[in-house]
Amino acid sequence: MRISPAITQRLAKGVLILATISALGVLIFVIGFVLAGGFRHISWSFLTEPILDMGRGGGILPAIAGTILMVFVAIGIAAPLGIASSIYLAEYTEEGRVTQTIRFGINCLAGVPSIIFGLFGFILFVVILGFGWSIISGGFSLAAMILPTIIRTSEEALRSVPKNYRDVAASLGATRWQVVTRSVLPYALPGILTGVILGIGRSIEETAVVIFTAGSAVQMPKSLFDSARTMAVHFYILAREGISNENAYATAAILICTILIINVFAYSLMHRLMRGKS
Amino acid sequence: MTNALTAKKLDLYYGDFHALKNVNLAIAPKKITALIGPSGCGKSTLLRVFNRMNELIAGVKITGEVKIFGRTMNKINLLELRKSVGMVFQRPNPFPLTIYDNVIYGLRIHGISKKDILDETAFTSLTSVGLWNDLKDRLKENALKLSGEQQQRLCIARLIALKSDILLMDEPCSALDPIATARIEELMQDLKENYTIVIVTHNMQQAARVSEECGFMLLGELVEFGNTDRIFTAPSDKRTEDYITGRYG
Ligand SMILES: Nc1ncnc2c1ncn2[C@@H]1O[C@H](COP(=O)(O)OP(=O)(O)OP(=O)(O)O)[C@@H](O)[C@H]1O
Ligand SMILES: [Mg+2]
Repeated sequence: MRISPAITQRLAKGVLILATISALGVLIFVIGFVLAGGFRHISWSFLTEPILDMGRGGGILPAIAGTILMVFVAIGIAAPLGIASSIYLAEYTEEGRVTQTIRFGINCLAGVPSIIFGLFGFILFVVILGFGWSIISGGFSLAAMILPTIIRTSEEALRSVPKNYRDVAASLGATRWQVVTRSVLPYALPGILTGVILGIGRSIEETAVVIFTAGSAVQMPKSLFDSARTMAVHFYILAREGISNENAYATAAILICTILIINVFAYSLMHRLMRGKS
Repeated sequence: MTNALTAKKLDLYYGDFHALKNVNLAIAPKKITALIGPSGCGKSTLLRVFNRMNELIAGVKITGEVKIFGRTMNKINLLELRKSVGMVFQRPNPFPLTIYDNVIYGLRIHGISKKDILDETAFTSLTSVGLWNDLKDRLKENALKLSGEQQQRLCIARLIALKSDILLMDEPCSALDPIATARIEELMQDLKENYTIVIVTHNMQQAARVSEECGFMLLGELVEFGNTDRIFTAPSDKRTEDYITGRYG
């Protein structure tokens, strides 16, 4: 029996709407559940006090500090390196076997589970280079983890800039570098930022890499060579070892809020950049 | 007077594809020269030889001798060459910046940042393409808001600001309506006082209207080159005659 197109159309629409609602529903449920469980235990002192008794008491200030420092180190290394590599790949090389191989490698690296980067960071930074369990080791390892993502998104952003911007600038006598900085980068910036923000998000969420390379000290880090834990690690340890459910939820709620704030900030920034350019 | 552009035994290959075959020509200064011929015959390729834009394409090989005002092209600094030989593209292509920033884009690239020089140049360039009166109060608006014709004029102003000597125009009117086309052609007549113009066009009436000299290309060869009126009335090559009378292309 043939079903009439009008009915399949309605059916398809219904199924798609249902799928969207259930996907969103699950998301809202999870976030709502954590926030509801967490907010009750959040107070000003929770944000500003040291971790006491392995997390049963006190606040999470050292974990907040650890998160910020480690993310800064990771982005400080991965963003310039990644953006520079993507510029090289997209603007300075001819498309060929070599670039294809490099790109294939980057795509593979982007799919490697983070625990592998943890192990790599542990061997290279913690042991061989002797940085020990520290914010530096953690930041470097996180940088290695997010580098492929940043390179990939930046390269895509660069490639999506119309070719004739490059041709026109070159025809006016611009050097390759001027072409890149004046006629390509400004238009690729929103896309590049997306990659960097994805990287920040992944660094904040990451646990495996951080535990392997930065340890999980509860003390306030005094330098980049101290061990520290991030909020994600703190949450993981609290929940996994059953230390304090309330504080685990509270930490998770703060983690979620941080990610939300970063995304909102990023979107408004991108919006502003896009509006300025087109 | 030295010729603005000369090419001797010019051959160009895209990889294995022989796109320009033994092209010899001399383009006189301060005149309009048209290049005509069927699609794919190498008009744009020849035009891009003169500002070395083909070199941005991978696998291009060029042999032969090209001179610009008597100087061997490859001995001229590439960036200086691009400054003195400007290109107007088929699609108007201002940057998504303000009108002002578009006009002085080239100056900034070449390191000029003094505000009075930039302002003065914006004024003279926009005046010489006939845009100043319409746009003088809108200089801070985005150039993409302009009409196609205005955008194409703006792109020409961008070259005038750089004090280019030669303007290469690759089908500059093909994205414009007939009225805008007529006005751009008028502008070209004004500009030829000071500039050497080489225009590629698919429109034979246009070539006949605007140019003093004309070259007919076919399959990478420059079949015939000479006075436009003569080419259109008494072509010496059978292939030119066939093309002009519409027998192919
Ligand atoms: N980047 C390139 N790589 C390889 N071949 C090319 C390239 N650009 C042009 N060609 C080839 O060279 C020949 C001449 O191209 P060109 O663009 O100069 O022709 P044209 O006369 O300007 O054509 P049209 O009137 O369609 O613009 C064509 O056969 C084209 O396929
Ligand atoms: Mg062409």
